[in-house]
Amino acid sequence: MDSLFTPNRYRGKLIVVEGIDGSGKSTQLSLLSRWLRSRGFAVAFSEWNSSPLVHATTRRGKKKEMFTPTTFSLIHATDFADRTERYILPLMRAGAIVCADRYAYTAFARDVARGVDPKWVRNLYSFAIRPHLAFYFRTPLEVALGRILGGRDALKYYEAGMDLGISRDVEESFRTFQGRILAEYEAMTEEMGFHVIDATQSIEDQQRQMRSIVMSELGSTLKRSVLRAPPQDIAAPPRTQAKHA
Amino acid sequence: MPKAKARTKAKTKSALPRPLSPYGLPLPGVDTGSLSGKLIVIEGPDAVGRSTQIARLRQWLEQEGHAVLDTGMARSALAGKGISRAKDGNTLGPVTMTLYYVTDLADRLENEIIPALRAGFIVLTDRYIFSIMARAIARGEDPAWIEKVCGFGLVPHSIYYLRAKVKDLVSRVVLGRGAFDYWESGMDCHFGDDMYESFVKYQTRLILTLDGMARRYNFIDIDARQTPDAIFQELQRGIVSLELGKVNGTPPSGKAAR
Repeated sequence: MDSLFTPNRYRGKLIVVEGIDGSGKSTQLSLLSRWLRSRGFAVAFSEWNSSPLVHATTRRGKKKEMFTPTTFSLIHATDFADRTERYILPLMRAGAIVCADRYAYTAFARDVARGVDPKWVRNLYSFAIRPHLAFYFRTPLEVALGRILGGRDALKYYEAGMDLGISRDVEESFRTFQGRILAEYEAMTEEMGFHVIDATQSIEDQQRQMRSIVMSELGSTLKRSVLRAPPQDIAAPPRTQAKHA
Repeated sequence: MPKAKARTKAKTKSALPRPLSPYGLPLPGVDTGSLSGKLIVIEGPDAVGRSTQIARLRQWLEQEGHAVLDTGMARSALAGKGISRAKDGNTLGPVTMTLYYVTDLADRLENEIIPALRAGFIVLTDRYIFSIMARAIARGEDPAWIEKVCGFGLVPHSIYYLRAKVKDLVSRVVLGRGAFDYWESGMDCHFGDDMYESFVKYQTRLILTLDGMARRYNFIDIDARQTPDAIFQELQRGIVSLELGKVNGTPPSGKAAR
């Protein structure tokens, strides 16, 4: 709950999306950030597992299958710490809207599904800045699996929870593991105060709900505190030409 | 042996956890049930002479017929390289650095230290959770936070703390290496305007933090201002009292090992 994270006293806003693989959360966040940008707000994006400082270690660990539940959890927390210290925090202070594709909740769901203690992993992430809004894209397992299994050629080892020895069959392991993660998300929905979006609805309906929640929750403070671009002439020519100087 | 006595006393007073049990929550999925080796930690601030002592201890123990694993910070197969690469750059924040080191320790515990203990080795480790915690706390992180994060650490059989004052460290650095190190000076947090000033302030904080842990974690104090030989002998005496000869399944006889 509130005391779980570091209090958020910054000018900027932090909006995060959560959900299992195939829930459509990235699509929705991308649409939301485009909308906010079009209204002139400074928007920044942060993706799970994307710190350049930690990336090589994570890749190595995954490739060589070196991770245990504990080290898997810790390296993702390290990655998250780097993004927090170097990117999210300074941008929030500067007044940007930071959109995060997955946040600490992903660790609470995934790491616990791997057998890590829920209290330990919550404490681990207590340095995280408390989000202003956390959207959870609720998806029945079969719907998400249909999107994932249809769209991608190969399931990855850790994504499928193959390290847990659930099953030798990747697809079966993926199904079981994602089911456990889904159960963890559902169990924390109330604790974390998620704004739940039914991800079986049309993309447009989901986006409409997201935007209306953003406006009703943050609307009045957005204009007051968030950094905005000066108004521009819509008919202005594209600026790419100036780049060659 | 006054030290041994002091330890027994501390044990009855605060009911310290048994050696090789975790301080906090255990590592998930790791069996620490039948570990027959010994875990020995050498702690102390930077430049205090830990690695010299570990090298000598290893040689001595192996001559005595004990199998030894020696390990230390940033030496894990998983995170060792990543840490040194991160330290070469200029963007490593304090929380990130702390967690990178915890990752490194967890990897060594699960893949080196615990398997070695299971096989009956003596594990000598150059620093442990205490240095990781002290560095985080010296950089302003919440002590309760990092203590819980490091809770999976196994309680060592002994923790030798090479105690020194900052002025001793300064002279060791200047006379030995001849230059201050960026990270050992805590320059990432800019404790002072130059490396010397920052070193003094940062190492003072580190020493204070380690001193504060000494009683709670049952550190065995060793005065690092003694000659290397005197320090070595003190370590030897302490390690002999652990009765290493009986590690490999010989039933304990009534008498002490010496």
